[in-house]
Amino acid sequence: MNHISPEFKLISDWITEDSRVLDLGCGDGQLLKYLIDTHNITGYGFEISPEKTIQAMEKGINVIHSDLNNHDICEYFDEDSFDYIVMTQALQVVSRPDELLDEMLTVGKQCIITFPNFGHWRNRLQLMFSGQMPETETLPYHWYDTPNIHMCTFNDFENLCEEKGLEVVARTVVNSEHRSTFGMRIAPNLLGEVALYKVQKKAL
Amino acid sequence: MSTDSQILDEVVIPEYLKIDTPLKLTSGSVLPSYELIYETYGELNEDKSNAILVCHALSGDHHVAGVDKDGKPGWWNGYIGPGKPVDTNKFFVVCSNNLGGCRGSTGPTTINPETGKVYGPDFPIVTCEDWVQSQNELRKHLGVDKWAALIGGSMGGMQVLQWAIDYPDKLEHALVIAAAPKLSAQNIAFNEVARRAIMSDPDFLEGRFIEAETIPKQGLSLARMLGHLTYLSDDMMGTKFGRELREDKLQYNYEVEFQVESYLRYQGEKFATKMNFDANTYLLMTKALDYFDPAAKYDHNLSEALAKATAKFLVVSFTSDWRFSSQRSHEIVKALLDNDASVSYAEVESQHGHDAFLLPNTHYEGVFKSYMQRVYDDTLQNSKSNQGEQ
Repeated sequence: MNHISPEFKLISDWITEDSRVLDLGCGDGQLLKYLIDTHNITGYGFEISPEKTIQAMEKGINVIHSDLNNHDICEYFDEDSFDYIVMTQALQVVSRPDELLDEMLTVGKQCIITFPNFGHWRNRLQLMFSGQMPETETLPYHWYDTPNIHMCTFNDFENLCEEKGLEVVARTVVNSEHRSTFGMRIAPNLLGEVALYKVQKKAL
Repeated sequence: MSTDSQILDEVVIPEYLKIDTPLKLTSGSVLPSYELIYETYGELNEDKSNAILVCHALSGDHHVAGVDKDGKPGWWNGYIGPGKPVDTNKFFVVCSNNLGGCRGSTGPTTINPETGKVYGPDFPIVTCEDWVQSQNELRKHLGVDKWAALIGGSMGGMQVLQWAIDYPDKLEHALVIAAAPKLSAQNIAFNEVARRAIMSDPDFLEGRFIEAETIPKQGLSLARMLGHLTYLSDDMMGTKFGRELREDKLQYNYEVEFQVESYLRYQGEKFATKMNFDANTYLLMTKALDYFDPAAKYDHNLSEALAKATAKFLVVSFTSDWRFSSQRSHEIVKALLDNDASVSYAEVESQHGHDAFLLPNTHYEGVFKSYMQRVYDDTLQNSKSNQGEQ
């Protein structure tokens, strides 16, 4: 029952027991279900896909049908309503990632975000040598049908955090199998494929 | 919704509950005694943990599922029955006609014991709270300590909200479908026009039309046409009727020319004659809707009104419903979230307007079914813990 993807396992290691969690783009509710079973968390999932909403409900998850582009979360929740706002592999698909990040850090104390690194060397090589938009295991789409409308590199993301006065509390950089190597720790923006970030507002 | 399940539909015979405990109504009036007509489906289990109460909408009644003795299917038969989202192989489903109704429960068409004549306009105005209070007597009569779930669409959904507020420990789950936390000015305005249509019909006779052996057919049918219009969406009417004509060319007169006119007239007529809906009941139901505003007692704060509610909620809205739009359901969801309540919300894509909650829809069925599975799992859980206590 507790079989879980490596990415979700890494995220769950960052979440303290008995905390309140909001999962944006919760999909079929796998992560929340795992966190409820293993970490005794309470919380909600937001999901836009009807099919996935139903799958999440089947797991007994409290899921709110919602489009993250509609600024729903600030409408629904007060400031600091959650210990963690989790968003896995969805930052790059929303219309304004920067605005969403603000909203997330309004209703949550900390954000845990994962996204694919556009600066990975294979992406750089494909663009440089074939002159075409990269298609890889982590980015398995064509340029014209990709849902990833706001790709960024780890550096881009960290720059945005800096501009917004956000503190990167923790970062884990992994490959597509969610393993970390020595090289990724030395040159994450070149060698890492997926990053997990935990960010919060800088203490004034 | 399959033809197989239609064949399996059992014939249901309604039952009556006579209640002699006087009912103190919100208005201050007292009903010394009254009767509720209700139907049940499925079997109540041994520890009585699988009972579900369904609340009906404005023109609905107790006949929610199965077929009646005349072969007429229940109004929510697509969703309630063996193997359906509300599975009567698992649940014991109850539905009663609201007090003030005209389908068998005490209301304007029944005899007033004090006068020996039909109540007509003398039947006191009842509210959602009064309905809930009367249904609580039904709960006691059935020996159910706690409903596994309360389910209702439209006005029925509001009644479910009222239940969750008034008797928080008497329900485990609350399914609030295509509802609103209160009526908007526009909603009230539509109701008022409907009421004016009825009351200005010469045959209304200040509500004493039954004694005069007539019915305010024109007024009632107009009210229904207007109501019906608000249940449909512009898109759906466009698709279904467009500007299609009954004859092949314009007549340049005031007869029925467009198909949509003919359709609405038919719906109005049917309601007033074939369905024989009582005009006083229509007035009363629309008034109860107008009065519904559970937040009013809590400084108009819905979150506070729902603070006592302990039920787990499913809220469902439909994209093309403009009578009780998704935004209205968001208000309910937001108030529940404010209380850290257990709540799920589905916004179902549909072209069918407010009526969508009665119609087949894959997403809706999926949500309904998976949530009812959760309700069922909880009843099993409760059975186990009850056995543990013994």
